[in-house]
Amino acid sequence: MIGPLLDIRNLRKAFGALHVTDDVSFQVMPGELHAIIGPNGAGKTTLIHQLSGSLASDGGSVHFAGEDITRVDMAGRVHRGLARSFQITSILDGFTVLENAAMAVQARSGSSFRFFASAARETPLNDAAMAALARVGLDDRAHRRAGSLSHGEKRQLEIAIALATGARLLLLDEPLAGTGHEESAVLVALMAELKTTHTIVLIEHDMDAVFALADRVSVLVYGRLIATGSAEEVRVHPEVRTAYLGEEEAA
Amino acid sequence: MSASDLTLAGETPDVAPQRRLSRLDGRGTALAAGLIFAALALLPLLATAIDDQFLLVTATRIMIFALAALSLDLILGYGALVSFGHAAFIGLGAYSVAILAAHGIDDILVQAAVAILVCSLFAFVTGAISLRTKGVYFIMITLAFGQMAYFFMVSLSAYGGDDGITLAARSTLFGAPVLKGNLTFFYVVLAALAGAFVTLRAVVGSRFGRVLRGTRDNRMRMQAIGFSPFRYQLTAYVIAGAIAGLAGVFLANQAEFVSPAYMSWQRSGELIVMVVLGGMGTLVGPIAGAVAFLLLEDWLAQISEHWKLGLGIFLVLLVLFTRGGIAGFVSRITGRGTP
Repeated sequence: MIGPLLDIRNLRKAFGALHVTDDVSFQVMPGELHAIIGPNGAGKTTLIHQLSGSLASDGGSVHFAGEDITRVDMAGRVHRGLARSFQITSILDGFTVLENAAMAVQARSGSSFRFFASAARETPLNDAAMAALARVGLDDRAHRRAGSLSHGEKRQLEIAIALATGARLLLLDEPLAGTGHEESAVLVALMAELKTTHTIVLIEHDMDAVFALADRVSVLVYGRLIATGSAEEVRVHPEVRTAYLGEEEAA
Repeated sequence: MSASDLTLAGETPDVAPQRRLSRLDGRGTALAAGLIFAALALLPLLATAIDDQFLLVTATRIMIFALAALSLDLILGYGALVSFGHAAFIGLGAYSVAILAAHGIDDILVQAAVAILVCSLFAFVTGAISLRTKGVYFIMITLAFGQMAYFFMVSLSAYGGDDGITLAARSTLFGAPVLKGNLTFFYVVLAALAGAFVTLRAVVGSRFGRVLRGTRDNRMRMQAIGFSPFRYQLTAYVIAGAIAGLAGVFLANQAEFVSPAYMSWQRSGELIVMVVLGGMGTLVGPIAGAVAFLLLEDWLAQISEHWKLGLGIFLVLLVLFTRGGIAGFVSRITGRGTP
């Protein structure tokens, strides 16, 4: 039997008296796209910080591929195959699109304590980076400055960088944030394609996208997971309707 | 669906941005550096022609500070690490010469090796502590370490203390007084400066340099792709310290005198001014910055005893009106866009 790729047990985080992550447990199976939804302030971003390792948890554990990585830092988790994207685009504006991705390849390709040979001319790094860019449809933008991309393209680059790390599991933090209708259609199609090769934890506000993509959905409200199940199960779950979907429909 | 279908319709690739790419890709800095080094190499001819040997002495001193400013640019310009204690390394390098010479060890290679070792060690220890802090705290803690080194030398009365220590002669190479002549010494310093420039230019474009530059721009991004920035920043700090130490070795020989004044915080501040004045993160800029700063200092000192006021006004104007320093100014007037 194959175990879960990501196994979250009783994860906690409090800022003072505020329990932002309150006893959260869930599992992500290999090949699954697991969406985490919840209203604003539900603690989704805090949870992704805890999963990616940029924020230490107060309690509970995170297991990745059977290994306890609760105390492993962000860089260590990336090396094990767990990479994240950012809700607020976090790319290196001054570098080319290609270098943004090549840097992620470099991080897993031998030592970076090499001082003399030009990194920008390392063909193996650039080839692997180009493959990641092609996957998200940015290969024709490779030599542009990353800062000059449109917002939607920057969102695509976020995903390409995560891909270029060689990760098995992608933590995508609101990849559709701030995108227009056309841009989000591109990204949804991209994620549907990524599903075929990667396990994905998707945090997203866009309900249409979540219900179109997710194999399973977990609903986070005030730091607690109130439901986990298929899109259909979650959609009809009474607590979810009152806590979350009801609000949306009323609005 | 093929990947290229995902590209948004109605957009054409921008063909122009190639020349706005990262500054070190530009041929511009290489050209500017070539011109500066060629001019320096020909300077002795000019000195002979106008019969002004003092010109060489001034030029040598300027190149020594250019070497120190160049090393600071590695951490300041490419690492965004504002070290306010960089002069400490110049002082440690200079004292390595003076103290070894006081014990009869005159060989420049031994002195330089000791200076680089001492500075690397000092940079490693103080850097490992300083790099735990960020922003203003990093500035303060590097200042504190610089002042510690300064006061240590002030209190070291066996080697002159506050008054400093005079060298009996310049360093030797295998017993031969090769640095005795100002002309040879000039070319030795020029070679060191050019060597450091070429080396650092390769370093900032290397894998290591790319991690350093990436961390400067976005630390979180670098961690999110699997880098631990600390060790790269610390290595850069050690490299910068070692090169500044070498500048100190030359400075001791140039002045044939070493004092704690070399490592005062004012000196550290002047090095920052040279880098910012010339253009951070360009390597060639800090060399130009050192030339401009020291010439301006000399020139203003000749016209008025209140020269520091004039220098201050000039620097304020420069910071206000030339973004990117001298390098930025030159690249704008030559139409290469913002560096």
